[in-house]
Amino acid sequence: MTAVTNTPTTRAPRPSYASRLLPLIGPIVLFLVWDIVVRLKLVSPVLLPTPWATLVALFNGLMGGPLLTDFLASLSRIMQAFVLAAVVGVPLGVLLGSNERAYRSVEFLIDFFRSTPSSALIPLFLMIFGVSDLNKVAIAAFAAVLVILFNSAYGVINARKQRVMAARVMGATRWQIFKDVLIWESLQPTFVGLRSGVSMALVIVIVAEMFIGSETGLGNRIINAQQVLNVRDMYAAILAAGALGYILNIVFLVLEKRVVHWSGR
Amino acid sequence: MNTVVNPLLAPSPVGAPFKPGPAGTHITIRGLTKYFAGWPLYENFDLDIPKGKIVSVFGPNGCGKSTLINMIAGLIPVDQGEILFDGKSLAQTKIGYVFQNYREALFPWLRTIDNIAYPLKLEGRSKADVNRRLEELVASFDVKFDLNRYPYELSGGQQQTASIMRALAPGPEVLFLDEPFSALDFEMTLFIREKLQEVFMTTGTTMMLVSHDLEEAVYLADEILLLTKRPTQIARILKYDDARPRTVDTLSEPSFISAKKLSLEIFQQEVRK
Repeated sequence: MTAVTNTPTTRAPRPSYASRLLPLIGPIVLFLVWDIVVRLKLVSPVLLPTPWATLVALFNGLMGGPLLTDFLASLSRIMQAFVLAAVVGVPLGVLLGSNERAYRSVEFLIDFFRSTPSSALIPLFLMIFGVSDLNKVAIAAFAAVLVILFNSAYGVINARKQRVMAARVMGATRWQIFKDVLIWESLQPTFVGLRSGVSMALVIVIVAEMFIGSETGLGNRIINAQQVLNVRDMYAAILAAGALGYILNIVFLVLEKRVVHWSGR
Repeated sequence: MNTVVNPLLAPSPVGAPFKPGPAGTHITIRGLTKYFAGWPLYENFDLDIPKGKIVSVFGPNGCGKSTLINMIAGLIPVDQGEILFDGKSLAQTKIGYVFQNYREALFPWLRTIDNIAYPLKLEGRSKADVNRRLEELVASFDVKFDLNRYPYELSGGQQQTASIMRALAPGPEVLFLDEPFSALDFEMTLFIREKLQEVFMTTGTTMMLVSHDLEEAVYLADEILLLTKRPTQIARILKYDDARPRTVDTLSEPSFISAKKLSLEIFQQEVRK
């Protein structure tokens, strides 16, 4: 018995070095399997490069190669679309949410277009905006704005009733309740909306770059590489797009933790 | 949102002129009617709450103890009836309210001190004035924890202490407490109970306390308001006037024990009906 309890009880057990490496196992296994598949020629090398060659292409590309130019072009479109969507979506959502009758009257439209794959609207946007950069930004912003608006509106609608009551019993006016309680209560769902919105913008921008005439962007790069069977470049661009999405998600999670410090506590 | 506030001029029942309560009445409730899902919870309910006293509300489950104080505090609309505070409407009266669920009553985006200061800021007081009042409160509550922390960084008892300080900050005429101790451990309950009694003894603020713990209800009360099952009526109003400060010893005084016993008997009669 005594031999078992020799760990210091005052300090919480820290995760061991090995257990902190656990998240790396998945990617390593994937690359191993990928490598084996290529080595055993289970898939034609014309279709699948070695993981090493892909990583080298990704690294070289992002270190000032043409991949970087396309990466930055996509990122710039995504950010333009996202900022546009956030600037419109958050205030409009909060406003609609604080007037439930107003929200109910447009709820169907929001839900309908939120359920419509935005890529299905690409031809429509083509007719309106033509084959322009604005087109890609516009359709990505359209897709993102609905998600953002929806989340902000529900954040206000579902604000803790008791906090609203607490403010009212202290004599807060409607405007004071709005700015001191409702806005704050909606912050956390708003961040969920912003996070979904940015990944939605990423998806739509990449798709738009593929199918709306484009000179730049990761989507354009992927489709061009595929046409000439430059699979190494294609996979590198795919990985770059994945990394971009992953990083954007992390950035927003960190931002949310900073801003909505009370979330989940 | 705008439907919840009590109407300033509620229609009084036809043919029943407003009867003022006896001298020393603070809150006068006349002809209060409230239906829930088509069934009467309160029907033509009259009640006088004395000024400068603590009234504990006690009754069977579902008789609407919390609903009663919520209607008086304007958190739930009444269907009919009139509620006056010293002849004034609710809008003209400064009230404080302490919720059972302190977690969802405090604002987690504000530091605890700013939570307590919030009602003072709503009143548009100057910064110096706010700080003076905060210092007063901190001194009278003998606060031992860091008020610059966020509420979620505090223990339950500390959060509820902060809620009570927030409710008392503007110097309310009436303080409503809806089962303020239910979510607290025993040690914290004792502590806050004593603080409340202290505040009451120094300020003489009228208080209405909803409690599901009979001992606690009697211990703090000047009057115990016992309610019937719904449609809710007054079963009895018991006076309990042992001297303050009451202490742990009070709990074994014959007067306390008999008041508690009588309350329990009336309560049980009502539950069995």
